[in-house]
Amino acid sequence: MDFTVALAQIKPKLGCLADNFALVEAAVERGIESQAGLILFPELALTGYFLKDLVPEVALSLYAPEIGRLKELSRRISIAVGFVEVSSDYRFFNSAIYLEDGEIKHLHRKVYLPTYGLFDEQRYLARGERFRAFDTRYGRMGMLICEDMWHLSAPYIMAMDGATTLLCLSSSPGRGISEDESLGSTKAWQKLTSTTAMFLNSRVLYCNRVGYEDGVNFWGGSESVAPCGSVSERGKILEEDFVLARLEEGALRRERIFSPMMRDESLSITMAELRRIEIERES
Amino acid sequence: MAGLAMNTELLRRILVGFIREEVRKIGLQKAVLGLSGGIDSALVAYLAAEALGPENVYACTMPYRTSNPESEAHARLVAERLGINYRVIEITPMVDAYFQMVPDADNMRRGNKMARERMTILYDHSAAYSALVLGTSNKTELLLGYGTLFGDMASALNPIGDIYKTQVWQLSEAMGVPREVIEKKPSADLWAGQTDEQELGFTYREVDELLYQMVDLRCNRQELIAQGFSADFIDKIYGKVQNSHFKRRLPVIAKVSTRTIDRDFRYSRDWGK
Repeated sequence: MDFTVALAQIKPKLGCLADNFALVEAAVERGIESQAGLILFPELALTGYFLKDLVPEVALSLYAPEIGRLKELSRRISIAVGFVEVSSDYRFFNSAIYLEDGEIKHLHRKVYLPTYGLFDEQRYLARGERFRAFDTRYGRMGMLICEDMWHLSAPYIMAMDGATTLLCLSSSPGRGISEDESLGSTKAWQKLTSTTAMFLNSRVLYCNRVGYEDGVNFWGGSESVAPCGSVSERGKILEEDFVLARLEEGALRRERIFSPMMRDESLSITMAELRRIEIERES
Repeated sequence: MAGLAMNTELLRRILVGFIREEVRKIGLQKAVLGLSGGIDSALVAYLAAEALGPENVYACTMPYRTSNPESEAHARLVAERLGINYRVIEITPMVDAYFQMVPDADNMRRGNKMARERMTILYDHSAAYSALVLGTSNKTELLLGYGTLFGDMASALNPIGDIYKTQVWQLSEAMGVPREVIEKKPSADLWAGQTDEQELGFTYREVDELLYQMVDLRCNRQELIAQGFSADFIDKIYGKVQNSHFKRRLPVIAKVSTRTIDRDFRYSRDWGK
């Protein structure tokens, strides 16, 4: 089905649930006015990124009133948003939910929690354990959170599970200044989203935040990438933005005819080899 | 030099955005800084004027009686070009009053006292104008520890602490800092004729190249030698970085409770902002 996606390139306030919820609500209203079918938010949109010991204070259960309000809004527009989730056994996850028709259609808990360089996620957060595609009114999708995307296996599994649209919610810090036009992190991500789309014949919808936390900038540049790897719309760099992109079912269908790599991909060879590697590593 | 060259337009955008957002998110509009007449503080003044508007920037030159008069002239030139608020406060009376009591102090102690005297004035202006103190130490100085702890190293926000002196030169050119400020020899201006490079014993270009390879690219000693750096120079600089590390950390707290500040009580400074 053809539809319009809105990429809400917002600037969350660190640890301020109420303020960020208001930002999200306003963007959702704007998405509805713009007749978007789906609105995508960044990773940890409801909380901000460098939370450290704030994690338990800003966490929401899936039954929280804020989530209930988002469910209601999802009757008018599908919503993918990132937040800190607390489970009933008090583990805290860097999670994203996809809401549609008044329900949570899918929950993804970030699997790859980076703990290198300026990152410290695994110290504060529990690791998700699965990558699953899910059905939406706009086709089958896979949802990834930032670092997940840097592990080839993650988008690959989603695509093998039938996803033709990959949603990536991100809080990517800008770093690596050089003579080039863009920051090192910007260049790397742009290469990654485009290559992933091309390899997997899938759309990639990437939403990254902006703003500064303790001197670290988040560079924005949210984008809608076509299954051939070309970027159809891109948000501003380092500034808030609201990107609208029109996605056509026909473009996906045609790309899958031109480049049928996913059709030809052999699950059995991949599985056999991975099983062999697993056995060899254990021995 | 290849690695130290930068897209100055992008860098300017990030640093201007940093000052604007980090000042405003805590509910303030203004900044204050010490303008020495040198390039680092001139660059920060240019960035701050662009970020906050010149009317919201308060610059203060704080000469001592042995300071080179040219420094004050250059500081005034920068302030006038930018149209920022400008004031000169001499620190001679307060510094001399103290050293009359301890007349045997050497140049280092005198220099440190002057730097800390200036810091107290900037923080007084911070309270007077509801303005954040901007730091003007660059990455080279911070890594070498070439600065006074709680003196010129003290600030609320430092826009240039992650760029080397060589990069300060590049960005200053791009932002139109006056030529005479860019071209003069860097000096802490503690006594007549002092220059940083003479006192340090190497040039900023040499040490920046080494620091970039060592710190940013994490090349090891063997790799640095293979690149042509002398073992003595590498060891000397490594030693300076190591021995000055205390200046880049908060004071060490003796742990006795279950949650000790900065060890297992960890929050970003922008908590709630």
